[in-house]
Amino acid sequence: MELKPNKKLDIEYILEDLDKYRPRRRGWTWREGVDEKRQIGKFEYHDMSEPLQDSQPLPAAKYFDDIDPQSKSIITTEIASGRFEDDIRRMRMAAWHGADHLMVIRTAGQSHFDGLIEGTPQGIGGIPITRKQLRAQRKALDLIEDEVGRPINYHSYVSGVAGPEIAVMFAEEGVNGAHQDPQYNVLYRNINMIRSFVDAASAKKSLAWADIAQIDGAHNANATAREAWKVMPELMVQHAINSMFSVKVGMKKENICLSTVPPTAPPAPCMRLDLPYAIALRELFAEYKMRAQMNTKYMESSAREATVTHVLNLLISQLTRAEIQSTITPDEGRNVPWHIYNIEAVDTAKQAFAGMDGLMDMLEIKRDSGELAEKVRELKERAILFMEEILEVGGYFKAVEDGFFVDSGYYPERNGDGISRKSDGGVGVGTVYERDVDYMAPVTAHFGYNNIEQYDEDAIDDPARLIGGCTFEDADKIVYIDELDENDNIYLRLEETKELRGTSKLKPEMEWLGDGIILITLFLPAEERVAEFAALEIGRKLGLQDVEVIHREIMQEAEGTRIELRGRVDFTIDIDELVIPPKPEVLTEDEIREDIYTNPMMVVAATIGEDEHSVGLREIIDIKHDGIEKYGIESNYLGTSIPVEKLVDAAIELDADAILASTIISHDDIHYRNMKKLHELCVEK
Amino acid sequence: MKREDDFQERRKHLANLSETELEERFWKLAEKVVNPLVELAEKNTTPSIERSVLLRMGFSSLEAQSIVEGIIDRGLIGKGAGHIVYRLARDRGMEIREAGLKLADGDMWDDVIAIFQGGEG
Repeated sequence: MELKPNKKLDIEYILEDLDKYRPRRRGWTWREGVDEKRQIGKFEYHDMSEPLQDSQPLPAAKYFDDIDPQSKSIITTEIASGRFEDDIRRMRMAAWHGADHLMVIRTAGQSHFDGLIEGTPQGIGGIPITRKQLRAQRKALDLIEDEVGRPINYHSYVSGVAGPEIAVMFAEEGVNGAHQDPQYNVLYRNINMIRSFVDAASAKKSLAWADIAQIDGAHNANATAREAWKVMPELMVQHAINSMFSVKVGMKKENICLSTVPPTAPPAPCMRLDLPYAIALRELFAEYKMRAQMNTKYMESSAREATVTHVLNLLISQLTRAEIQSTITPDEGRNVPWHIYNIEAVDTAKQAFAGMDGLMDMLEIKRDSGELAEKVRELKERAILFMEEILEVGGYFKAVEDGFFVDSGYYPERNGDGISRKSDGGVGVGTVYERDVDYMAPVTAHFGYNNIEQYDEDAIDDPARLIGGCTFEDADKIVYIDELDENDNIYLRLEETKELRGTSKLKPEMEWLGDGIILITLFLPAEERVAEFAALEIGRKLGLQDVEVIHREIMQEAEGTRIELRGRVDFTIDIDELVIPPKPEVLTEDEIREDIYTNPMMVVAATIGEDEHSVGLREIIDIKHDGIEKYGIESNYLGTSIPVEKLVDAAIELDADAILASTIISHDDIHYRNMKKLHELCVEK
Repeated sequence: MKREDDFQERRKHLANLSETELEERFWKLAEKVVNPLVELAEKNTTPSIERSVLLRMGFSSLEAQSIVEGIIDRGLIGKGAGHIVYRLARDRGMEIREAGLKLADGDMWDDVIAIFQGGEG
């Protein structure tokens, strides 16, 4: 099956034969053709990768032969609608705009679910990650990557109390990237520390076997600490703990990616704070990959403000390095991300990188002198002191108990507001068991003590030989469960949206097919609170349901407020009943130039009647204002307040091909009378 | 704990190190912090690890859940869930999957206890 650009993804086809689906490859794929200069359209680029075979370029690309330069960084978008069937449509749109790392967020609560979830239940703020949903999404991505012509990395999360099982499932199902960081479990999910680290080693071993790129969880400290820029020394420590732990378990350094966020945002002088940190981190972790995330800590409901912060984050990436550039949807501060904002975020990254191409071939960072040099060194020293104290107090677990982490003090300053967890507390406490001397696990990629030799000395390097190979060698051994919940599954949801699939019925949507959500931007000349309640009333009068103000911004306290209003419509449009006029056929600028060249044209132009306005006509004529001169049309401009008779006489005298008359639109219809007079004179003469 | 920023005092022993030496020190410390954690993970197991072993041996998530619960209830998790299924199959002449399904259904646990507490293993 092949996708056609003008045909929708067929969910019914995706759901067919999932029990037999096998992923086409394992492991992470980087973009091709980086670190070489390339010609794209009229320009030479220094930092781009191979172009896509099919894509949706930026709006302004029409001025540049529709080029669509693709950055050397992989571009990530995170998708969290809660319905995988809607996620895959968004994935296709994102891939067309240049995303090749598609991350599905897990449903709230999956971290504390002891085991795997099966089937296709609906999620909240993400999907329950199940084998069926992984297969459906991976299968859709296979089609999409063929369509755009670049491999797409599929990614989700290995955290919580079922990490080892999820990691095995990811390895089996061809997932390409995963978040895995036991510190995330400990600090933010209150999962028992010992359990988290023991599980993590097992999970990482499976990820390593499948060549899955791992992303850590350190960036969460930015989002949690009260003053995010003060946790910079700790962030480096968190990155180091997860990276070193992963290496010790057997993961390749090039598969270990640091999730790093510029900690600050304007109006703070963020570049001066964020750049030294970015440099210190990249120097310390020179052998590891950077997954640059955008700042979410200081996001409010203004999509514009978020976008500006994110562009500054992209500048940090360009000035340093980011093998993976993550994007945050600019609406994340006000709702679960909508389709259009995933696309906006991807385009923001693509646009900024294209614009900044080759910047570092012209600029140099003052690395070894002044404020930057001092700050870089200071950050490294503070991080070292942090680890020295971890060891002094008795190791990692003790340090967590003592509230070392996510303290808002600039270490070694401590504010006593860190997150403290107990070794003998948290979810899953008491579920760690010592392995006996004869402990054994006859499977591939099993971490830790494994007494295989008691059965077969020759199987020490290949424990699964004891059982004739495990699922990692033979995918047919995987037991696939289709659905477990007859009241919550894809088939019931498809039934609900049947009217909107493959029919002539159309409904607006932001998250899910048929959700009916629309967004209205308005300005009300009233103070903020009045504007908010007036807007809600306007929404109701427009017939919207579930009306909600999702953004308000004061223009001036008394003069007025900008409001963004969301609401839901409950009607559908029948596209068969629409009267759509045929699209006008328009010549390209090159075609017009070519035609004027072979058939030269001359016009006379004037502002007619008692009218001294010249600007409008000048704009239409002048090459400087994109006027007709640019096509090679010759013009004779007679001036303003020209009587209609004089204009017609001039046209005859100069043998012009056309008359250009400009006149102001007036309340008493002078322009109509003048036009009529012009017409009659031309006919007469 | 609350503490003023005593960076200038604390950093004295680092002041004369080059940045390369600082970086080396950083990684040595990281290794010291994680070594005991790695060792802990090598010597221990958890229900999720054991279920992940059973998944790889060809059991569904539901079957793995049931088998591991049975093993924990009988105090045998230190042997390894995969080990228990493997031995039951081997000693009773069954296929791996057949043996595991018996356990998932609550059968043959006496056999397991006999195998592992009879001084064999």
